[in-house]
Amino acid sequence: MANILSPQVAAEQHLVTNWQSRLFRSTLNNRSLALGLMIITSLGIIALLAPWLAPHDPYLQNTANRMVPPFWHETGSWTHPLGTDRLGRDYLSRLIYGTRISLFIGIVVALISGLIGTTLGVLAGYFGGRVDAVVSYLLTTRLAMPVVLVALAMASLIGGSMLTVTLLLGLLLWDRFAVVARSATLQLRDAEYVQAARALGCPLPYILLREVLPNIAGALIVVATLEVANAILLEATLSFLGMGVQPPLPSWGLMIAEGKAYMFFQPWVITIPGSALFVLVLAINLLGDGLRDLSAPGGRNE
Amino acid sequence: MSSAATPRDPYALELCALSKTFKLGGSMLHKSRTLKAVNNVSLRVPRGQVMGLVGESGCGKSTLAKILLGLTPPSAGDVLINGKAIINANQKALARHIQPIFQDPYSSLNPRQRIAQIVGLPLRIHAIGTPKEQAVKVEEMLDMVGLPKRAAQQYPGQMSGGQRQRVAIARALIMRPDLVICDEPTSALDVSVQAQILNLLLDLKDEFGLTYLFISHDLAVVEHLADRLAVMYLGQIVEEGTREQIFTAPRHPYTQALLASALTPEPGLGVPDIGLGAGQPDPTQPPSGCAFHPRCPVAQPTCSQQEPKLSAIPQASGSAASQGNQARVACHFA
Repeated sequence: MANILSPQVAAEQHLVTNWQSRLFRSTLNNRSLALGLMIITSLGIIALLAPWLAPHDPYLQNTANRMVPPFWHETGSWTHPLGTDRLGRDYLSRLIYGTRISLFIGIVVALISGLIGTTLGVLAGYFGGRVDAVVSYLLTTRLAMPVVLVALAMASLIGGSMLTVTLLLGLLLWDRFAVVARSATLQLRDAEYVQAARALGCPLPYILLREVLPNIAGALIVVATLEVANAILLEATLSFLGMGVQPPLPSWGLMIAEGKAYMFFQPWVITIPGSALFVLVLAINLLGDGLRDLSAPGGRNE
Repeated sequence: MSSAATPRDPYALELCALSKTFKLGGSMLHKSRTLKAVNNVSLRVPRGQVMGLVGESGCGKSTLAKILLGLTPPSAGDVLINGKAIINANQKALARHIQPIFQDPYSSLNPRQRIAQIVGLPLRIHAIGTPKEQAVKVEEMLDMVGLPKRAAQQYPGQMSGGQRQRVAIARALIMRPDLVICDEPTSALDVSVQAQILNLLLDLKDEFGLTYLFISHDLAVVEHLADRLAVMYLGQIVEEGTREQIFTAPRHPYTQALLASALTPEPGLGVPDIGLGAGQPDPTQPPSGCAFHPRCPVAQPTCSQQEPKLSAIPQASGSAASQGNQARVACHFA
């Protein structure tokens, strides 16, 4: 039968429906994005529901029950599905509570560094000139400092704790946000809609927050996901080195550190938290890559 | 509103010896060069008329527009709107009188805002009316530029180039400015859409009593629309007059070359030879004397030594020599 819609109307309708479902469909089409999102969502739920999901108290020591192997081992049991550590604490419960710490530190660090980096980058890109020179100087100074070394030194001065690690990493990891925000703003500064807003007499905060920021947000979200992964790994590193999260908190990095003496005879004490760390960081990176593909101009005009 | 009550200056816009110089690449090792983007420009735009401003790319048209919009301060000279100086005026006060329509409708609308937000922005920033009144005004304005009601809830990405330019026009006119700076508003559009937008601009001009400064390099567009015309070359105005004067009897050799360069619809003629030889000279090192002399077909030795003044052309006897159709040209031999 003949199409009763005129080509123009049909094209217009196609445009609208296409736009509305585009995000949803391209998310499904992009396998790495879907996989990353799935893993992160389930880990997020586990972190939120930890008190109900964990079979035991993660801090409860039981010296009579030390180093119980996981269930797949011939001496393992389902009372402690992933066994117990050297103090007899249930490993699965500690792993579940550890998800909270990793995700909390990753997200808070990304928020702090995102705030610092985006502010500096947007100001540098929008104003250019001296503001840009100052920000670029700060950025070069920051890039000249090795993160792990500075974080270790500062943590040993102040004393390692979850708060210290979060703040230290937050204050150290803003460089990528600043670089991306600066170059994206530089491109937008002369966009005609920004000029139009200026010609209208819009106050500066309005221009930066409503005209510039929403249009660079895509790029910043990609950076944010990568920085979450980066922060989680650095937290594990610092905790492993003893300058991060302190016992008895169940950080995955700390669990690896505590298990390293047993790795030759009870390898699962480090492979279990190690695998958890690997899966989480991989998922975040998949999500970041997927988001980058989605927001790239090529992906938009498929 | 206020401007309607006060006695009106016959000119909506006056530029008095306006200049803008940029310093380029000054560092420890290199001497900075100065670029005179706009050089001693004086121009009066009568109220209710369309002043066309034409010239090659890089001649300073857009810099002039930016100065008028308050986006960049001039190095020297004055801008008067309705007889009042606007230099150092409050940007918001300026925005009430002057609004821009930009060239590229794909970059002049924020892709993350709905059309209603974009068109209503001037009202929100200037706190005109309650949110309800603002919404009504936005709807009226969209209707006036020929957009359907449902356009208000759309995003710019869902619209065509012509529709977007209509949105840009609605945003510029919603506060009822006196003067609209049109910076090549049709050059990014399809030819079929260009005519619609130009006619819309003319209709709205009559309806709101607007004055346009219409910047363009497309002579056909200007001929269709402009009452008066100013021709710019290397930051200076070389000729100014009514549309008839410029199109039928151009005096300045540059204007003559520009008119000769306009493409005709006749096939087979190819790109016309405009007889200007080499391209535009480096604007950081403008030629001595008349800036046009290296490319001028009728240049004489005096042209490279003496700078011609932009002076009134003596009117032919019998014609009404009123100020309104005064023509000016900057050439020793015109």
